Amino acid sequence: MKKWLAGVAELLREFYAAPFRGAVARAKREEDDLFMLLVFSEMVGVPNPASYYTLELQPLLYEDFHEWHKRMGMDHSPIEGFHCC
Amino acid sequence: MNAIVLLLVGLSTFAVGYFVYSKFLAEKIYQLDPDFETPAHTMEDGIDYVPSRKIILWGHHFAAVAGAAPIVGPGIAVVWGWLPAFLWVTLGTVFFAGVHDFGALWASVRNRGLSVGALTENIVGQRARSIFMIVIFLLLLMVNAVFANIIANEHISVPGSVIPTWAVIAVAMMVGWLIYKKGMSLLWVTIIGVSVLYGAIWVGDIYPLSLPETMFGLPAAAQWVIILFVYAGIASILPVWLLLQPRDYINGIQLFIGLGLLYTAILIAAPEVVAPAINSNPPANAPPLVPLLFVTIACGAISGFHGLVASGTTSKQLDKETDGRFVGYFGSVGEGTLALAAIIACTAGFATVADWNAFYSVPFPAPGLTAWAQGGAAIMSAGLGLPAGLAETLLAVMGILFAATTMDAGVRLQRFIIQEFGNIYDIPVLTGRTISTLVAVGTCLLLAFGAGGGEAGAGGLVIWPLFGTSNQLLAGLTLMVITVYLIKLRRPIWFTAIPLTFLMVMTVPALLIQLVGFYNDGNWLLVVMDILILVASILVALEALAAFGRARREAAAGPPTG
Repeated sequence: MKKWLAGVAELLREFYAAPFRGAVARAKREEDDLFMLLVFSEMVGVPNPASYYTLELQPLLYEDFHEWHKRMGMDHSPIEGFHCC
Repeated sequence: MNAIVLLLVGLSTFAVGYFVYSKFLAEKIYQLDPDFETPAHTMEDGIDYVPSRKIILWGHHFAAVAGAAPIVGPGIAVVWGWLPAFLWVTLGTVFFAGVHDFGALWASVRNRGLSVGALTENIVGQRARSIFMIVIFLLLLMVNAVFANIIANEHISVPGSVIPTWAVIAVAMMVGWLIYKKGMSLLWVTIIGVSVLYGAIWVGDIYPLSLPETMFGLPAAAQWVIILFVYAGIASILPVWLLLQPRDYINGIQLFIGLGLLYTAILIAAPEVVAPAINSNPPANAPPLVPLLFVTIACGAISGFHGLVASGTTSKQLDKETDGRFVGYFGSVGEGTLALAAIIACTAGFATVADWNAFYSVPFPAPGLTAWAQGGAAIMSAGLGLPAGLAETLLAVMGILFAATTMDAGVRLQRFIIQEFGNIYDIPVLTGRTISTLVAVGTCLLLAFGAGGGEAGAGGLVIWPLFGTSNQLLAGLTLMVITVYLIKLRRPIWFTAIPLTFLMVMTVPALLIQLVGFYNDGNWLLVVMDILILVASILVALEALAAFGRARREAAAGPPTG
């Protein structure tokens, strides 16, 4: 019975997720991109009153920085002295 | 005749279609290869391209293609008698829809999971792609307008449907929130969500709601249409995980439950088909059976929209090419069973032939969804012992939710197309989310009101056959792509070329007949729409002839390509 329920749950999960997997992933990426912009806003010349706090987050997002600026249409890092490629 | 005979003959035809004809197509025409690496493997990204189990893929492909159209179309078309609708649905599913849906899926899988639109450009040419985009835009415009009118009329005809229809929005948002924000098990969320929905249907039946007969000079139907488009506009800009995804999911679950209940009721009640096989006395304004039957029933016999789904999402998740037969062909069989249930509900759900005649003596087109809810409720009441009012509310809600979900997605897609136009023609104002949504909603409202001669809801179904022609035209375009691809591979083309020719031969006269009707009624908006679709149809026919010629010359000159 437990195995059968697990099978049903798996079936439902796929039925729920599969048609929208791409749309949800894109929506999540848009949110992440906005967050990235907020964190690096001071460095691209946009004043950010919360920069004292977002500064702490920059090392954590460094790994995704390269993909982000490429996705935003900038071949190279837009920040002077902050090179990833 | 007993409805069970109709049911068994229909299901047997579908079974022969699946076990014999689709096998022939899979082996001889599309030549599926179990070793072919599908895009779900070669381009796997965990997002769009993900290999899925075929039963799951079939489930959501079927749920995505099934909607209100296979209910409303047959509900209108039985005005000519049950036999023409029955033959078109069963034979159409076997020889038209199955070939089309399966073919679109196969062609897409063989071409890196490209959508039919992109395939049209690659296989046929840029001009055909442009026609394709115009047809899609017109199709979306009409589907949104016509479904808004259908929901408005159904809310008035079955006031018990109001509470559950709007409660499901809260249910869907609750489901989305519980899953994404609370991480709750989907099994429990499903049980809770579906229970709340059916609870709301019960409450709605006890407390029916109606809008005032007139408000600011607008009748109730017009008020509903405005409310629906305000909602659809807002829904189209909400995150998909919050509303669209859980709403689609609940709808899919509800489709299987509703269809199961209705078929069980038919088997237990075994009602008599009271409608005549051929109606010798249709309403005076009813157009001729040929060619209008073939555009009145699109979804349920053949629908171009299915090609968009098959090539848009399904092809990117197909694990093995050989699964395409089950997912694509059997997906269209699934929709055929919904249309078959609708025919039975609308012809065997009335107590006497006099009752049936009284319902269908109204000017063409009769409200198909109302016939489905009333007829189906009588069968459910007799078969399952449900109170007739509750059963009618249940079936009305089922149809409304299909239509509303299509509207949600339709307005969202229209917004994307308008934003795309803004980018292509460098009109920055159209690229914004708010303005593009307002333009999308505005054009749909214009058509919803214009179709009824300035009064929404009054004549909304008038555009139903016109919507059918644009849907068939899209199917024609897809069949053209599949046929050209088959020519390039030097394979037999009759199995796709004959349905394509049939569709074009029926669509053009149907458009001309409707054009005369709209002109005589002085409905200039629909005259313009009709001419636009007519021009697109002629272009498709010319493009098809030119593409076949080119492909034949290429095939004769060199080895198979593609």
